[in-house]
Amino acid sequence: MENTFDTNSYLNMELLRFTTAGSVDDGKSTLIGRLLYDSKSIFEDQVAQIEATSTKRGLDHVDLSLFTDGLKDEREQGITIDVAYRYFATPKRKFIIADTPGHVQYTRNMVTGASTANLALILVDARKGVIEQTKRHTFIASLLQIPHVFVCINKMDLVDYSQEAYDRVVKEYTDFAAKLNVQDVRFIPMSALHGDNVVTRSEHMTWYEGGTLLHNLETVHISADYNLRDCRFPVQTVIRPHTDEYHDFRGYAGRVAGGIFKKGDKVVALPSGLESKISGIHTLTGELEEAFPPMSVTITLEDDIDISRGDMLVRSENRPEAQQDLDVMLCWLNATPPRPRAKYVLKQTTADARAMITEITYKMDINTLHRLEEDKDIKMNDIARVKIRSTKPIFADEYNQNRVTGSLILVDETTNETVAAGMIR
Amino acid sequence: MSNYSLTHLEELEAEAIYVIREVYAQFDNPAILFSGGKDSIVVAHLARKAFWPAKIPFPFVHIDTGHNFPETMAFRNQLIKDLGVQLVVGSVQESIDEGAVAEETGINASRNALQTTTLLDTIERNNFDACMGGARRDEEKARAKERFFSHRDDFGQWDPKNQRPELWNLFNGKKRMGENFRVFPISNWTEMDVWQYILQENIAIPELYFAKERNVIWRHGSWLPMSEFITLREGDEPQMKMVRFRTLGDITITGGQESDADTLEKIVQEVASSRQTERGNREDDKRSESAMEDRKRQGYF
Ligand SMILES: Nc1nc2c(ncn2[C@@H]2O[C@H](COP(=O)(O)OP(=O)(O)OP(=O)(O)O)[C@@H](O)[C@H]2O)c(=O)[nH]1
Ligand SMILES: [Mg+2]
Repeated sequence: MENTFDTNSYLNMELLRFTTAGSVDDGKSTLIGRLLYDSKSIFEDQVAQIEATSTKRGLDHVDLSLFTDGLKDEREQGITIDVAYRYFATPKRKFIIADTPGHVQYTRNMVTGASTANLALILVDARKGVIEQTKRHTFIASLLQIPHVFVCINKMDLVDYSQEAYDRVVKEYTDFAAKLNVQDVRFIPMSALHGDNVVTRSEHMTWYEGGTLLHNLETVHISADYNLRDCRFPVQTVIRPHTDEYHDFRGYAGRVAGGIFKKGDKVVALPSGLESKISGIHTLTGELEEAFPPMSVTITLEDDIDISRGDMLVRSENRPEAQQDLDVMLCWLNATPPRPRAKYVLKQTTADARAMITEITYKMDINTLHRLEEDKDIKMNDIARVKIRSTKPIFADEYNQNRVTGSLILVDETTNETVAAGMIR
Repeated sequence: MSNYSLTHLEELEAEAIYVIREVYAQFDNPAILFSGGKDSIVVAHLARKAFWPAKIPFPFVHIDTGHNFPETMAFRNQLIKDLGVQLVVGSVQESIDEGAVAEETGINASRNALQTTTLLDTIERNNFDACMGGARRDEEKARAKERFFSHRDDFGQWDPKNQRPELWNLFNGKKRMGENFRVFPISNWTEMDVWQYILQENIAIPELYFAKERNVIWRHGSWLPMSEFITLREGDEPQMKMVRFRTLGDITITGGQESDADTLEKIVQEVASSRQTERGNREDDKRSESAMEDRKRQGYF
């Protein structure tokens, strides 16, 4: 919000999507409020509104969590219930923040916020250290393959900004995370309430040599999160203009889920297996030579073959596996547990199929990361390895190869609710 | 950035087009809620991109409070003609005449709250199962909580404490008879993104967004446009001011701000240095702290 605004640099900014995580009351919403407030990303009328509410509550400081806790119930109870999305930009980057709830009851909303993030801020209360919910969220972040995790050791003001307290949490967390696959883990001691090490360096923790949270967010290298190797184009819909000018136009609309598609490339349509060549990649503003993730385009082929929603264009020498029995890591998100032999609608890319959980291989113990092969009783917020049988082949990649073609959800056929999130192994 | 990465605006555009195509594919009878404001104009533009070279396969629904800026109406009619789409008007005046709602009275009376009833009626009468709107999460704190696919029960109500999880980009549009969805393709756009996009794509917008000498009165901290619907009070003095509007809504509640931004470039500069949110001038949001959430719960979009 500088006075002279440079349109060109704004247009060329990178986008970083990040999420908060951690146990209830560890200070996630306060941290986001602090980050927005100190980076001057909050409008005056919003500040005035929050100040008035804080005064009404009899607080002697401005409650920064009110910037994201926007629902009446959240404000009354002082907790986050559902994800709030907030946006800000610095001259370096543009950010989309998902502030998620810490309460175990709302884990599904945490998963919602985290599923599209490429960085997670995991908050830990310096007094409490790593607790079950810290572990659950760290585990979910690792399952979702979020490549960067910043562990924010918060409320340092309540432990006299002591380095020992910080070191203790770093050790606890490192011991736990060693069992997981998280590529980039960083630790930042802070006080979200007072602003230490959020946007400005703390005067109380001269022993900490790393950068502030904002500095880390602005400089972390966001490696291309997309798979540019394996060509995947799930068809959303078929475009037939039925006009004189475009009488024979038959385009396949979709969003590139992987790889680079070029005009003239030979492609195969799945499931039919019929081959053709890309005759054009169309957009309103003209034809493109190539399309890559996450572009939304319309592809035409040289031959008239039968393709519809749910089909996928790929390269003949590099096809996803057509699977009817899927090996899946599943987060159960619904209060009603999975019923044996119940049918669900499985949604993966643009395809729908009926499906059934045929086997629960094991359930995860979040605290110890042990596999519970005896306990197969799945409840809300549990994470389990399962086998799913689908009525038709699903064109899937492993989730760790492609977040788009490797993810699925299950929808209950009677309530229509989204009951589970799955990552294909 | 590598050659194979998108700028953030390109990424937001691709996301919105994907969402609009999902709506087309997942629903039987979807529509676009078109208010004539910049956000719905951007949604219309994105819809055109999503289906080109075919026409936009949805009707446009305008919930008409009867208190319109004449410019917005002219703009709407022209756009409908250019796009060759069908227009469905839900009239608040008709809802009043039919006795479905009662007009508010008093000096701050507005028809904004009445819109919800008309909207729900229009949805029901036309059997729309999904209505796309230009609402953005950065506009307001209750909107910040919305999903892309927002499920509404058969009374059109939003239940913010019990929203469906929305994972990755796998949108679940399944519903029972009578239920419907509101869908927000530009959820992740900010006001600045919208203006940058309008500038980049050179999208036509009503001239009300540009600063011009206008006949206005000072009310509740902003310049309300003079119109036949305004009841003048003691001391109200209509006067000519260089004013532009940051949002367009019902003419009786949409306040303008003093400005000399008469080009898109200047608007972008002004938005960048603005210290107030765009809805700060909307009387409908000032009524209470949870005004937006309350309206949304009742079925507002
Ligand atoms: N002393 C101190 N208190 C803090 C700090 N950060 C947050 N708090 C307080 O901790 C309480 C909880 O903060 P929130 O920001 O609502 O916590 P949260 O993690 O968002 O909680 P949920 O979203 O409900 O999981 C509030 O009373 C904050 O004022 C800090 O750095 N120091
Ligand atoms: Mg919170």
